[in-house]
Amino acid sequence: MTPTLGKDLLGLEPLSGEQLRLILDTAEPFKEVSERAIKKVPTLRGKTIVNLFFESSTRTRISFEFAEKRLSADTVNIAGSGSSVQKGETLVDTARNLEAMRIDMVVMRHPSSGAARFLAERIRSNVVNAGDGTHEHPTQGLLDLLTIRDRLGRIEGAKVCICGDILHSRVARSNIWGLLKLGAHVAVCGPQSLLPRGIEELGVTVFRRIEDAIAWADVLNVLRLQLERMNAGFIPSLREYYRVFGVTVERLERAPRDLVILHPGPMNRGVEIDSRVADGPHSVILHQVTNGVAVRMAVLYLLAGGRPELAEAAKSGREGGE
Amino acid sequence: MRPMLLVGGRVIDPSRGFDEPADVLLVDGMIAAVGRGFGRPDEVELLDVAGLVVAPGLVDVHTHLREPGQEDRETIATGAMAAAAGGFTAICAMPNTDPPIDNQSAVGFVVKQGAAAAGARVYPIGAISLGQRGEQLAEFGELVGAGAVAVSDDGHPVASGHMMRTALEYARTFGIPVADHCEEPTLAARGVMHEGVVATRLGLKGIPAAAEEIMVARDILLARHTGGHVHLCHMSTRGSVELIRRAKEQGSRVTAEACPHHFSLTHEACAGYNTNAKMNPPLREPEDVEAIRRGLKDGTIDCIATDHAPHHYDAKEREFDDAPFGIVGLETALGLGVTTLVDGGVLTLSELLDRMSTVPARVFGLPGGSLAPGQPADIVVFDPAAQWTVDPGRFRSKSRNTPFAGWELRGRVLRTIVGGRLMYQAA
Repeated sequence: MTPTLGKDLLGLEPLSGEQLRLILDTAEPFKEVSERAIKKVPTLRGKTIVNLFFESSTRTRISFEFAEKRLSADTVNIAGSGSSVQKGETLVDTARNLEAMRIDMVVMRHPSSGAARFLAERIRSNVVNAGDGTHEHPTQGLLDLLTIRDRLGRIEGAKVCICGDILHSRVARSNIWGLLKLGAHVAVCGPQSLLPRGIEELGVTVFRRIEDAIAWADVLNVLRLQLERMNAGFIPSLREYYRVFGVTVERLERAPRDLVILHPGPMNRGVEIDSRVADGPHSVILHQVTNGVAVRMAVLYLLAGGRPELAEAAKSGREGGE
Repeated sequence: MRPMLLVGGRVIDPSRGFDEPADVLLVDGMIAAVGRGFGRPDEVELLDVAGLVVAPGLVDVHTHLREPGQEDRETIATGAMAAAAGGFTAICAMPNTDPPIDNQSAVGFVVKQGAAAAGARVYPIGAISLGQRGEQLAEFGELVGAGAVAVSDDGHPVASGHMMRTALEYARTFGIPVADHCEEPTLAARGVMHEGVVATRLGLKGIPAAAEEIMVARDILLARHTGGHVHLCHMSTRGSVELIRRAKEQGSRVTAEACPHHFSLTHEACAGYNTNAKMNPPLREPEDVEAIRRGLKDGTIDCIATDHAPHHYDAKEREFDDAPFGIVGLETALGLGVTTLVDGGVLTLSELLDRMSTVPARVFGLPGGSLAPGQPADIVVFDPAAQWTVDPGRFRSKSRNTPFAGWELRGRVLRTIVGGRLMYQAA
């Protein structure tokens, strides 16, 4: 029995290891579509997808849009500002109105944790969480998993440390769940003021010094440090953050092995990461971006009811007649 | 008003340590006699309560009745009816209405609406500060003169130590408690649930236990310093219970209440972003629930209060961050007390009634809480063994926001009598 994803992708916490592997395996054939001269397959022809972004996003929104267009879906983009939300409409009313126009899927970014689930419980369309508050960002987690698997050949047994502002990071939460379910060893590293309470209870190791994390890890996933965290008093200054927690060439040179460096972007060069590391041979940051499109194609394909064993055929457009 | 005789019940009066089969005679709105074999007045109305418990009506020192200003959520009339349906014969209304109850005419309005309501007696709580802004003391003398039984800025925690100190000192003149919602605002800022592993999993901003405990400690020290009576509202953490226990050992004038949700639920209830589990103070950890129960048993926590907080349904039909805090509690409090605390082996039935009637009446200086002859005929009749299912659609309250929908509870209110009049009778 082939596992399925169900109606929605709300996070990686509710998924099984088998479901995660299904998405990653389904992404493999879709990688190739983006390498072609004509980057389009007819798989989602006739499907309507709404990209509902209540928070600004460049990378994630564009990556979803490419994934949708390359699968031949019809897409509509709605941004939080300028929409009826600005006029005081509630999320549930927005959702009901969209549904009344007979759509098939909603991809939503929202500043409140749990908003994607809230929406999914109230509409029949498939919902893909493109980041909800500080909860989860499942497609980012998936593309990180795919990138680690590409580089190391496996995820099981890999030592991955997520570095930086774990407290406010939905990327961290999706990474933690995805990595743990696929058998990786997971650690987090950052100032304690940016580590959420009880994080150890999720099954992760905590490093208080970046040097210790680097000595332990095979992979570092370096999170963006939001500049507003300094103003909110979580850290004294960006300068000090870089001195104490920055992932620098000097620190990496002391590591017992070559590390793979991930970053979900957008980067603050010279804050959480040294430019020479970001642009260096161990960085897979652009590879992550490329994988993002393939992973999102796989998610949309599977949620639309596509059968994983036909993904290879779907990419060559031979799936008709289902 | 015809005299009424309740015949054949198990009479529990915690104020006198009384728990035995007896009849209760009510004459002219007062308790006339409790016992057996006394003469029956002419035209007495007989009420057969065999197999049922007859006890002093429940007293809730912490409700939000939303009137004036938010009548779509609750009114004093519907709140008083919901209270009677829950077995309460007296409730205290917090002043965080719109406008707040911070002057004598506002207090008079609550008294007038309460007198017109067909339900529990309604006692106003006045604001500590004008507009509950924490800047200028309200006129306690006039508030009390108009009928206020306590002061509180509940809903707007008293951030200023100076304001709290002054309130405690000034309240001594009038012999009223100062009820405080203990919350250190900078630690609790923007928090929406308990800070712990569940908040970490859900990605929600936490309110640490220390935000409550710091203010509990402050209030205890100020009560000792001023000699004033501080009443600590809705205690939720094991640290608070420990602080109060020590304060009482040292003789400070501190009383405290706990809510049914804080002895029945943990922060796990927020899983799935259940906005009906969003309240302030938030649901805490199993160790906290255990400490609250132990505190109720040993008297560290004096009484049970509901913090009844009605909200319109679409206010809770929101993202968790945007939903308001609070749940309704009047119609589930006794059932939760019986099911969680009595059937759970924490309290005897008599101790539960003590914490829900006798003690809260004493703490706030209210009539009732006793079946001694001469006391008002405020009585609840309930079946402690009867099981019922919580169906918010049947609430008398205007609001339905409860995390207990579908719960099977024991302890069903059958009749509530206020001043000798039947105010509620189960269908």
